[in-house]
Amino acid sequence: MTYTFRFAPVFNRFDQLMDGLVVTLWVSLAVIFLGLIVGIVGALAMRSRFSLVRGLMQSYVELIRNTPLLAQLFFIYFGLPSLGIKLDSFVAAVIALTVNLGAYTTEIVRGGIDSVPAGQAEAGIALGLRRLQIFFLIILKPAVKTMFPALASQCTLLILGTSLISQLGIPDLFRAASQIDLDTYLSFEVYLVMCAIYVTVVLLFRGACAVIYRLIFAEREPTPLTLIVSPS
Amino acid sequence: MTHPLAFHDFVVLLVGLEWTILLSAAAFLGSVILGLVVLALRRSRYAVVRMLAFVFIHVLQGTPLLGLLLLMFFGLALFGYDVAAWVAATIGLSVYGSAFLSDIWDGAVRAVPKGQWEASRALGLSSGLRFRLVILPQAFTISIPPTVGFLVQLLKNTSVASITGVVELSRDAQIVSSSTFEFFRVYAAVCGLYFLLCYPLTWYSRRLETSLKKAR
Repeated sequence: MTYTFRFAPVFNRFDQLMDGLVVTLWVSLAVIFLGLIVGIVGALAMRSRFSLVRGLMQSYVELIRNTPLLAQLFFIYFGLPSLGIKLDSFVAAVIALTVNLGAYTTEIVRGGIDSVPAGQAEAGIALGLRRLQIFFLIILKPAVKTMFPALASQCTLLILGTSLISQLGIPDLFRAASQIDLDTYLSFEVYLVMCAIYVTVVLLFRGACAVIYRLIFAEREPTPLTLIVSPS
Repeated sequence: MTHPLAFHDFVVLLVGLEWTILLSAAAFLGSVILGLVVLALRRSRYAVVRMLAFVFIHVLQGTPLLGLLLLMFFGLALFGYDVAAWVAATIGLSVYGSAFLSDIWDGAVRAVPKGQWEASRALGLSSGLRFRLVILPQAFTISIPPTVGFLVQLLKNTSVASITGVVELSRDAQIVSSSTFEFFRVYAAVCGLYFLLCYPLTWYSRRLETSLKKAR
């Protein structure tokens, strides 16, 4: 191999990468926030007394979880204008990512609430607690404990998935890297540095999640640093 | 040049679908083979090897697939292997998949109750036989549902290869929609095709999991 790696031109443009990183982080933060709200509302809707609402939520979850994020992004950004809904690329990206993340969080939150044994709620009724008291005092903490690792994994996948919004022309970290690639032709070096930045962000995020988990649930052993690719 | 949406366009999408299926199958096969290697390294008797496998898994799980595919594409070229886009994508997806599959399988091995190890030791089985006759069959059953579930993830992720120059379903969707300007209908059809591929697998994985839970 005669190729010599040249990282200096990439590091000279490090500020461009950092500008992109800021966009990536803001979009991720906004989508995680919105996606969690969708998940909570969605999980409640899954337990609705109306079968139509449950059916609609079920279809939403299945539809999103069985189609690629990239196709969803393009459908919302390019497809919806045919119906007269023209969206700014940022808005389209945030909507598409939120709709995507929301389907997964809905399933995770629902699973978390279901994981609390029914006897716990029944004990609450027997003690004369009201419905909201039962939820907040008995169900909430063990349910959140169950869903926390899966939510953290899903949010990690989301952060990495935001790299696809570069395809809508949004100046995120990936877009910044491909711009430097065009300027310098140092494709391998640029994408290597970019991947290293993503890995760092993800490790910091997972570390933060582990610390939060320990603070809330006072566990002695740390959360396993593994991604759970849940099949169902 | 734009033209109205015609039957021909649907055929183009179906050809893309075929490539998506082929790419998924090749990437899954590659992921399984590489995943087994990584799993073996992770369960190695040498701490350094285990550590390397651990780092490999966590670095890859923190890398965006799009970045990994481009690194493969350009990296292979740098090392003198000028391969077609789909070859680079298959290798990239296999490396990506191996990090997740080995993690899933490691979890499956751990999920075998500790008493099984102890019982097989009490029976005087050697460590190799213990693993092969007692642990592996049980871990295998446990690992099937999440492995099928991961196949769905991998199948969906092949769409990312369209960005690195592989002409599969997502790339054909871009081609057809920009030549007909029928973005809504084309992307709706494409999402439908992906759904038809993924949903049966999701359903199957879920059914396996339920029957596994019942069996326990």
